[in-house]
Amino acid sequence: MNSEAPVVDIRALAALARVDVSDAEVAKLETEIPSILKFVETIQKADISGVTNDTSLRNVMRADEDPHESGIYTEVLLKAAPTREGNRIAVKQVITRKNN
Amino acid sequence: MDLSKLTIAAARQDLDAKKYSALDLTNAYLDAIAQKDGEIHAYLEVWKDSAREEAKRADAMIAKGDIYPLTGIPLAMKDNILIEGRTASSASKILENYHASYDSTVTEKMKAQGAVFLGRTNMDEFAMGSSTENSAYGTTKNPRDTKRVPGGSSGGSAAAVASDMALAALGSDTGGSIRQPASLTGLVGLKPTYGAVSRFGLMAMGSSLDQIGPLTKTVADSKILFDVLKGNDPRDGTSLPDVASIAAPQKKVIGVPRSFLKEGTDPDVLARFEETLKKLEKKGYEIRDVDMPNIPYSLAVYYIVMPAEASTNLSRFDGIRYGLSAAADDIKSVYGKTRAAGFGPEVRRRIILGSFVLSAGYADAYYRRARAVRELIRGDFLRAFQSVDAVVTPTCPAPAFTFGSKSDPVAMYIEDIFSVPANLAGVPAISLPMGTVVRDGSTLPTGFQILAPHTREDILFKIGQELESA
Repeated sequence: MNSEAPVVDIRALAALARVDVSDAEVAKLETEIPSILKFVETIQKADISGVTNDTSLRNVMRADEDPHESGIYTEVLLKAAPTREGNRIAVKQVITRKNN
Repeated sequence: MDLSKLTIAAARQDLDAKKYSALDLTNAYLDAIAQKDGEIHAYLEVWKDSAREEAKRADAMIAKGDIYPLTGIPLAMKDNILIEGRTASSASKILENYHASYDSTVTEKMKAQGAVFLGRTNMDEFAMGSSTENSAYGTTKNPRDTKRVPGGSSGGSAAAVASDMALAALGSDTGGSIRQPASLTGLVGLKPTYGAVSRFGLMAMGSSLDQIGPLTKTVADSKILFDVLKGNDPRDGTSLPDVASIAAPQKKVIGVPRSFLKEGTDPDVLARFEETLKKLEKKGYEIRDVDMPNIPYSLAVYYIVMPAEASTNLSRFDGIRYGLSAAADDIKSVYGKTRAAGFGPEVRRRIILGSFVLSAGYADAYYRRARAVRELIRGDFLRAFQSVDAVVTPTCPAPAFTFGSKSDPVAMYIEDIFSVPANLAGVPAISLPMGTVVRDGSTLPTGFQILAPHTREDILFKIGQELESA
């Protein structure tokens, strides 16, 4: 991408991001996103040859241990859910027959 | 009581001396809100009844001598910090009817001290913006000039404190969202060291950048709130361990990255900055140029790293577990329709930008490269702090701007140029008033930013207090 502008397919990105976009918004983003990318392109000039992969930032995850007693937060969390069935969150069908 | 002169420290003395009750104080702020907030619109919701109940409980604590720094102190909360049972919307339609399932750690700490929560404040949706114009619930006006924005994203918190509708407020700062509104409204705004204050119960935007911090009228009040909020929290994996801070001897040297400041900075803001440096010289500080060759890349790095993290964090808002849920036949359509209906334009823009910089084929050139440059920026700070106590810059390149004047996204992003380096490097930074400039007949505040090494908020408070008394 150093010399040529990146290909920005807004519809494909919106699909990846799981957000529906209107034709008008696609047209707007087709000018805005490349202009933001042009602005951030300056980092290509930085000399990163001395930087190792071992950066000072690392991902931190909670240890998967010592679970709380089952069910004690069920009601308070389900109260926030848009649709529930019993003690479960109800969702729409995930796999459909006519796949597109 | 004169709210315009009141600080947390002064109110503490008055409450303890029984000059007035916590209920009187809370009522005075509720009256001020009733009088002024119709015009300013700092608050999305005012919790009158519960605030009075909390004030009465605080009065009972004071009567018993069970007194903490925040007992009976009326504060405002940014709309992205959870208080159990209350609406927390991040000024987004997607969370319009969301009630927090639990208290954030900072909420717990404030409740334990008997603080009074006046209400939740307006903000840019999911903290994305520098003007509070991206709220789904209308704009907030700058109390110093109502034709202008209060800054953002913690614009409601800043406007509430600047117009004496709260004694202090909490905000969150991912790239300047506490310091920039503090600068534009004439307040003190602190972004603590990354990991100093727990983010448990703060709605995440950029997880490697976000910090909660206070907006206050004085440096002393900033320290009072920081001392309450800080501390290790096992519920936040990025929380720093509690260590006794060692006050290393000060060199009395302050660094200025001059080559970074010139371009695009308002000449009057630069003049106020130079005057402030003179004041520091009078206080016995040597002012020295520091070479930080990589910090000019900060804004570009930030606008890659932040959307990448934000697009990841905001994937949780999908219409399934909480918040808005659009009706559709299959789950993929529920996601797409919910997020289209619930997120505003700037949030959608950043999610799509984040998806791009993380996508296969571009992640190396954008996201991974930005991470490497970020490491260089951090290195610039570590090197600078070997020879200086603190680095200083203006907080923002210009004073508050008028509504609608930065409709181009990149023009708005440039507002963050001096504030994002602190978030990228994880160092603490404070903004405090550095005098005013006149624009179209309005006298507008400007901000002076001090940055210190990791965990050295004490240096920010010390230099800040010296400047306040200069």
